[in-house]
Amino acid sequence: MYASARNNMKELIKVLIVDDEPSILMSLEFLMKKEGYQVFIARDGSEAMDIIEKEVPSIILLDIMMPNVDGYEVCYSVKNSLRFEHIKVVFLSAKNKEIDMEKGYSVGADLYVTKPFSTRGLVAKVNALAINVVTGSTKME
Amino acid sequence: MNSGILIFASLLYLAFLFVVAYWAEKQAEKGKSLVTNPYIYALSLAVYCTAWTFYGSVGRAVTNGIEFLAVFIGPTIMMPIWWIVLRKIIRICKVHRITSIADFISSRYGKDATLGVLVTLICIAGILPYIAIQLKAISSSFLIVARSSDDYKVNQVFWGDLPFYIAVALSVFTIIFGTRRIDSTERHEGMVTAIAAESIIKLMAFLTTGIFVTYFVFNGFGDIFQKASQIPDIRKAFVFNNEGDFSNWFWHVFLSMAAVMFLPRQFQVAVVENVNERHLSKAIWLFPLYLLLINIFVIPTALGGEILFANQNVNPDSYVLAIPLKFNQKILTLFTYIGGFSAATSMIIVETIALSVMISNNLVMPVVLKSKKLQEIFKGNLSNLVNNIRRTSIVLIILLAYLYYKTIAEHYSLVSLGMVSFTAVAQFTPTIIGGIFWKGGNRKGALIGLIVGSLIWFYTLVLPSLIGARLFPQSIMDNGLFGLEFLKPFSLFGMKGMDNISHGLFWSFFFNLGCYLYFSITSKASSIEHNQAVIFVDIFEYSGQTANLSIWRGTAYVPDIQLLLNNFFGVKRTEKVIRLFAQKNKINLKDEKADPQLVTYAEKLLAGVVGTASARIMISSISKEEKISTEEVISILKSSQELLSANKSLRKKSVELEKATSALKDANEILQRTDKLKDDFLTTVAHEIRTPLTSIRALSEIVFDNPDMEIEERAHFLSTVVKESDRLGRLINQVLDLEKYESGKQKLNMEDVDIQDIIKDSVDALYQQAKEKGIKIVFIPDRFAPKFEADRDKLIQVVVNLLSNAIKFCQAQKGEITIATHYVEGWIYTSIQDNGVGIDKKFHRLIFDKFFQAEDQTIKKPRGSGLGLAISKKIIELHNGQIWLESQVGRGSKFTFMISVI
Repeated sequence: MYASARNNMKELIKVLIVDDEPSILMSLEFLMKKEGYQVFIARDGSEAMDIIEKEVPSIILLDIMMPNVDGYEVCYSVKNSLRFEHIKVVFLSAKNKEIDMEKGYSVGADLYVTKPFSTRGLVAKVNALAINVVTGSTKME
Repeated sequence: MNSGILIFASLLYLAFLFVVAYWAEKQAEKGKSLVTNPYIYALSLAVYCTAWTFYGSVGRAVTNGIEFLAVFIGPTIMMPIWWIVLRKIIRICKVHRITSIADFISSRYGKDATLGVLVTLICIAGILPYIAIQLKAISSSFLIVARSSDDYKVNQVFWGDLPFYIAVALSVFTIIFGTRRIDSTERHEGMVTAIAAESIIKLMAFLTTGIFVTYFVFNGFGDIFQKASQIPDIRKAFVFNNEGDFSNWFWHVFLSMAAVMFLPRQFQVAVVENVNERHLSKAIWLFPLYLLLINIFVIPTALGGEILFANQNVNPDSYVLAIPLKFNQKILTLFTYIGGFSAATSMIIVETIALSVMISNNLVMPVVLKSKKLQEIFKGNLSNLVNNIRRTSIVLIILLAYLYYKTIAEHYSLVSLGMVSFTAVAQFTPTIIGGIFWKGGNRKGALIGLIVGSLIWFYTLVLPSLIGARLFPQSIMDNGLFGLEFLKPFSLFGMKGMDNISHGLFWSFFFNLGCYLYFSITSKASSIEHNQAVIFVDIFEYSGQTANLSIWRGTAYVPDIQLLLNNFFGVKRTEKVIRLFAQKNKINLKDEKADPQLVTYAEKLLAGVVGTASARIMISSISKEEKISTEEVISILKSSQELLSANKSLRKKSVELEKATSALKDANEILQRTDKLKDDFLTTVAHEIRTPLTSIRALSEIVFDNPDMEIEERAHFLSTVVKESDRLGRLINQVLDLEKYESGKQKLNMEDVDIQDIIKDSVDALYQQAKEKGIKIVFIPDRFAPKFEADRDKLIQVVVNLLSNAIKFCQAQKGEITIATHYVEGWIYTSIQDNGVGIDKKFHRLIFDKFFQAEDQTIKKPRGSGLGLAISKKIIELHNGQIWLESQVGRGSKFTFMISVI
């Protein structure tokens, strides 16, 4: 009962996946759908902005190195907009240096996950964020 | 021609000179100095060509054949040596503010007044006849032209003394532009510019006449020579007769080599008026060129005159004028006359200025300064005194020359008197050349050498001319002095077989040089002589430092020095000059006692105005000087030289250090840059590897965690894993590949290949891929392309890479790729063109950089490692070829590479 209620709630939670690698998109889409989220997909930053504008997702899984508009820019504009600032942003990047992560947090990311990642770990982290979305807390413990 | 016109033309020409000189001085005041132009300098040197050149060369050519050329060959040979000798003299004169040849010798040999007097006297005695013959040239050229006129007789009495009036006019010009201001550099811009203008005029005039004679009177050189060869007298003159001729040639060439440097007028224009040592490098070729030009038509004119005036009593010296006159060419005659006039006037002007400086600074001033009585009279007015002496001496020189002309010069041809002058100044050769290259030469040697040399010169060359004018008994010529046979002026010690000039030069020079060497070696030099010797010979080491190099020791007071300088430079300028010097050398002027450096500097300033010897006298008159022994001088000079060389080596070291530092900095920068490049490369490689790795891990975990997933989906996931693994493998191979190319380890496996085969193989490899995407591939081969040496597999790698890129960028179903080969002039061009998205022009070069796509995320990223083009470029370059891209956004791309078939 509880689980199904949670799953029902999950259906209301929109997750946007942004990456320019088809194979990564493929796996993330599978994982998120399996958890029951409502999934949207974008192949670059500008496509992501369009979807954010239209759908206002709760969670964004965001790659950094992408053509046209990169992940930093997307995150920055999301976090600096009254309308979107509540959206949880998770960076998923192959850039694994301290300085890259710092930059990610400085533009307002809620989480920075380096590639390659463990699928189970990622799913757990996204679920935790989703609970915060539901309970209305803005910060993650 | 009407003599009135001639007079008018002469005056007009003089007026022109005034205007040129005045204009040049005005330009200089405006800061647009003309003498900074090396061409003006080179042209002013042509003051060497006097009326003697203008008229006398032709006369000489008639009587002595090509012997006249010796006088021009000498300077031409001398020119390259100038760079060594004259540059040194110029430097010495600038540093020591020496303004005449007399001052130069006097300064070199211990600032000795006696030597200055001697050199001045030799110059006057030597040069007066020379000036006289210029006046003679003016006069006779005037008469030749005027005599052709009908009204000549009426005016004869009045115009007969034209040279006198010319002499007066020239004195005025020289006084105005030669003594206008008194300065320690003694330069005359107006005068120099006027002289340069005169050089152009005389050259043009002579060339015009020469062309007229050669091409209008006759039919060119060949015609003249052919006609002249039929006259036996001429033939004789143009053949070397015996050994004597060769030795005469040698001495004449030698003589003119000395003259072109040591004639007072040459010294004036080449050394004193020189504003920039580098002007010499232009003069070195320009001046000989000038000499060549002005001599081209001498022989044709001489021969032409001989042919035209055969058996007529026409003086060969006047052929230049007589020929145009004979053909009634009035304007040409006038132009030629003015040319000769300009040759004469330029010589007179410069020579008198140079002599007047010598007379005032080396003859009169030392006497005035040594006498207490005279000093009292001129006290406070020394500057005016110097100027007045100069003015008076200009007038006197010109008048004396006029007298000489009246009494003696009428009897001699132009050239013979000119040569006598040359021989006089040639006496300076040992003292000057020895003085700047040999520290051992001293005052006693110079003095005795000069006295003996000039006495012999007088006896062998001047005395005969005085006897000719009946001032001395003829018996000296016939039987020798006191009836002693070996003292005959033309065959001293029984020497015969040389011409008079060579003979006189030989003996005077022989004894001069001998005495100079003998007495220099056997006598001891004083400390000041030694000082000057070192400073002169090693001038290039000291020239930067002489201000600080002071051998003077004693007590002098600043106010005294100031008073002394006030005399010549005025109160204001003196104060300014002293203040500047004190500032520069950190001298405290509040000390009553003057710093030795200041005293030395003041002496140098004075030397520029009144000459070295006079300046020495003045300085010692206001100070109590201590004697310095030669040993002390030597040790001071030595220590200063040691300091200098220490300084030099320090400077050299610091320059070397600086160089090393900057080299290190550069190397470090390169290291840092390559380090950063390597860093960037590694980061990019890591990133590029992580991307497929991420997919592989994620997809595998999903398949592992979801055993119940649909079979189709599982198959799709697993095939993606395989594809991404392939990508990973390819990437690693390419990175290793590229590393091999970059480190130069990659070797080519060369064989004979056919470009068509390579393309066919490449297309075959990608055929399936293209077909799946619905892309058409067209190949346009060039059947004439020959086989060539290349690495077949590597070239296939390049074509496959380009082709697969093209397939990637093409839209499915609409894509069309054209491959073409062309063989043009030893090169095979291969191009691969698609109709895909195209690439912005700014990336056309960058695209061949490794990981270009990864670095620049702003353009649409095609799938690939980002290393393909970088590797392709390396391969083509390894084949000594080139690869490039032509493309426009939206219009497709065309990659082309060219490889040489040879």
